[in-house]
Amino acid sequence: MNDTLQTTVLHRLHVSLGAKMVPFAGYDMPVQYPAGIMEEHLHTRAQASVFDVSHMGQALLHGDDAAAALETLVPGEIQGLAPGRTRYTIFTNDGGGILDDLMVTNMGDHLFLVVNAACKDADFAHLDARIGGRTKLDILDDRALFALQGPKAADVLSRLNSDAATMPFMSSLEMELDGAPTLVTRSGYTGEDGFEISVRAEQADALVRRVLAEPEAAPAGLGARDTLRLEAGLCLYGSDIDETTTPIEAGLIWTISKRRRAEGGFPGASVIQEQIENGVKRKRVGILPDGKAPARAHTEVADKDGNIIGEVSSGGFGPTVGGPIAIGYVKTEFIKADTPVDLMVRGKPNPGKVVKMPFAEHHYFKG
Amino acid sequence: MSMKYSKEHEWVLIEGDSATVGITNYAQEQLGDVVFVEVPDAGKAVDKGDEVAVVESVKAASEIYAPISGEVSEGNATLEDAPATINSNAEGDGWIFKMSIGDASELDELMDAAAYADHVAGLE
Repeated sequence: MNDTLQTTVLHRLHVSLGAKMVPFAGYDMPVQYPAGIMEEHLHTRAQASVFDVSHMGQALLHGDDAAAALETLVPGEIQGLAPGRTRYTIFTNDGGGILDDLMVTNMGDHLFLVVNAACKDADFAHLDARIGGRTKLDILDDRALFALQGPKAADVLSRLNSDAATMPFMSSLEMELDGAPTLVTRSGYTGEDGFEISVRAEQADALVRRVLAEPEAAPAGLGARDTLRLEAGLCLYGSDIDETTTPIEAGLIWTISKRRRAEGGFPGASVIQEQIENGVKRKRVGILPDGKAPARAHTEVADKDGNIIGEVSSGGFGPTVGGPIAIGYVKTEFIKADTPVDLMVRGKPNPGKVVKMPFAEHHYFKG
Repeated sequence: MSMKYSKEHEWVLIEGDSATVGITNYAQEQLGDVVFVEVPDAGKAVDKGDEVAVVESVKAASEIYAPISGEVSEGNATLEDAPATINSNAEGDGWIFKMSIGDASELDELMDAAAYADHVAGLE
């Protein structure tokens, strides 16, 4: 192991389960367990899987006007977020690009934030620099985070605390699980029903082992996490969205409420408002290759006359789809479903078509 | 008939003046679930080191290089519908292509089973 890598509190558990560890965002993380990515993926869609996401950044944002302050950095509706509710939003830059995507939960008298591992230092510095005067940021580096995802996730978690069963999608609840105080959010990154569970670092190992002892639960690594989110059509920061893509190009306009579209007041608002008004030159779409060859990130997308019209931002094999799938940006005149395109894989045009996402149906719990 | 190995984790089964090429069991374990294999067409002339096939796992695409020079006589068409044969039987039914041996002296640069085992041990 590279000694410059950090580890999560669940590292020993991963190794004992036979995980293949790889460097990811500065952490030594499990890419897969002995079952392999394919089986871990299919298990998640059929049963329930446990993912360690402790490398992600967790923080509390305190302050009387924390919601209004955060709205100066994100285009999401935070002031209108009810207590106990969670929302997906993005940090924008002055050009309307995306600095990171994050989850925000209204905890009543403060906000709970979860940000990407690779961006967390920059995000926290950004929060401090821009709204540090109005808010107090409490970085929770003493907490682990793990996800329990799949159609059996609610059955499994309800055995530890029956309150979990009735939580609606994108809600949060503080609850005791196996004696440990936790913050549970009904959300995830797989397209399945499931939970993300924040727990004190010293209680994480025992709690995760307790969850894994349930017959439906099995560990899954970052490999399956990526194929699951790809099938669900969810953006991967750094691939599908970054500082050069705007939320309008990325198809994330749904994250910007009517009030925020009208009022602006977030970085890049003028660019984003102009794009909402007049449209964009390129958009993020799903692309389904006809054959079996995967089209991976940076594969060029061409029209049927051979003109390059875009690029794959992430792509690979979808185990539930049973074939290759891709997400990419194409010129706006080609975004209609069923538009035929060619994917330039190893210099040869592989036919495919633009499709509506997700590739695998979402199964969120709506109560 | 003898089995040789390349540093790039290919096995080469030598039978008279022809060779069958695949990837080793170690290589398939490293790749994980194989989901697509592009095999070469018969008649393709290759020099040692040329990119001749592609094996794609869920994670990534890996190029397969010709371990010796010669002419491809057959690609394993069964891998098109059953790429996971490489996982289940990398050093048997999961063969990728057969080729002629253009220059027998190149075989001397390949490793025998013991040398390959040492090579793999050195990577772990």
